Amino acid sequence: MATEAHGGEEGGLVFHPMDQFIVQPLFGDGAINMFTVTNATLWLALTVLAVIALMVLGTGKRAIVPSRTQSIGELAYGFVYKMVEDVTGKDGVKYFPYIMTLFMFIVFANFLALIPMSFSTTSHFAVTVVLALAVFLTVTVLGFIKNGASFLGLFWVSSAPLALRPVLAIIEIISYFVRPVSHSIRLAGNIMAGHAVIKVFAGFAAIAVISPVSILAITAMYGLEVLVAFIQAYVFTILTCVYLKDALHPHH
Amino acid sequence: MATETTQAAGDGLADTVGVASQDAGSAPGMPQLDFATWGNQIFWLVLALIAIYLVLSRVALPRIAAVLAERQGTISNDIAKAEDLKRQAEAAEEAYNKALADARAEAQAISQRTREEIKAEVAEANKKADAEIAAKAAESEKAINEIRATAMENVEAVAKETALALVAALGGSADAKDVDPAVANRMKG
Amino acid sequence: MEGELAHIGAGLAAIGSGAAAIGVGNVAGNFLSGALRNPSAAAGQTATLFIGIAFAEALGIFSFLVALLLMFAV
Repeated sequence: MATEAHGGEEGGLVFHPMDQFIVQPLFGDGAINMFTVTNATLWLALTVLAVIALMVLGTGKRAIVPSRTQSIGELAYGFVYKMVEDVTGKDGVKYFPYIMTLFMFIVFANFLALIPMSFSTTSHFAVTVVLALAVFLTVTVLGFIKNGASFLGLFWVSSAPLALRPVLAIIEIISYFVRPVSHSIRLAGNIMAGHAVIKVFAGFAAIAVISPVSILAITAMYGLEVLVAFIQAYVFTILTCVYLKDALHPHH
Repeated sequence: MATETTQAAGDGLADTVGVASQDAGSAPGMPQLDFATWGNQIFWLVLALIAIYLVLSRVALPRIAAVLAERQGTISNDIAKAEDLKRQAEAAEEAYNKALADARAEAQAISQRTREEIKAEVAEANKKADAEIAAKAAESEKAINEIRATAMENVEAVAKETALALVAALGGSADAKDVDPAVANRMKG
Repeated sequence: MEGELAHIGAGLAAIGSGAAAIGVGNVAGNFLSGALRNPSAAAGQTATLFIGIAFAEALGIFSFLVALLLMFAV
């Protein structure tokens, strides 16, 4: 998509692994302000449409014996529901719609990003930081609302020897505040790294001798990326559940 | 800084790349760190998330939950029904087995009775036949005895006559009164 | 000159990806050896496995990020 920017170049080994992530206006060449419709907007919209297609249109018949699409939707529902119930316990189930929203968005954004020439929304820190910060803020606020000041007990490891507890508390606080950082960078980094590696291999395909190897490598990486796309969505969701559990039951 | 890095990557094509990256706007080497696009991305992302959340929580999730509950209900209903039918089948089988056992017992009783009846009949017939045979035998014996007796009498009479005739032929004057006891004596002896 | 140093730094930072690979291998390998000893308990622990892998991998991604920043943003 972004190769137009380098349209002037020809021949030679040129790598532009990061160009696929450039945000551009869809219509015209203006500057990007808050409401410009960009390629990011397009793929976010496609993500929403894909979620609607699976979860609403796919289940439209409400069949007792489900069709293929409907059973995929039900599978996703059951998967996330079970995850929320297993990790956070019964009282976490009422936050299921939020977690389902996160999961469906990430999994569809990741898979749509695997379409050639598409734009990977989840590879952008702007997206993942918002997701992770939303989780972090919600969980923190929720922890204080549900437990009051005793939520701070999360940092006071009562099973450790008394002398160690202040040190542990500092470590716990630091690790608590690193959570949104690792939470967001893990997702964006994984997606970005995979796509960039595929782009690098694609760059090698310009050399005729090694192009078969390069194409094999792209195929292998693509298979790995399909796996990563799902696993990262799963990891993001299950970590959200773990953080939510910490907020609901801070005393381990 | 963008120009510098792309130059480094593009090496010999530095000037073309430099122009190109200027064309692409103020994007730095890593588009992710181009904070000029963050506001735009965040705005559309929040919009997308709200849309997905509304669709899921208002339409999709309740619907799927209802379908799953309904299916669960249908399945447990069907299982209960199947269990009911199974119980019925078991009862029917039990009744059948009982009927079979009854019939068998009855058949046994009937055959036993028939056997006994036949045995009794045979015994009776035997008895009758025996009695008949015995009667006939007795009668025959009697008849034989009579025949023998008459035969004896005849023999005696013939012997007496013969003896009388003999005596007379020998020239003796024989009287029946004398001859008869002698003959009877001889025959007895 | 500064750009070249940045490239060397990026290469060094990429070693971190290999270190993360060792970490992830450790997590998965230990999970597997534990799972083979007690297969009945393994199914319930896959979530823990993925969380462990995610934590190990996140640090590798950090080093990858540092490499990217040195390559493109310095």
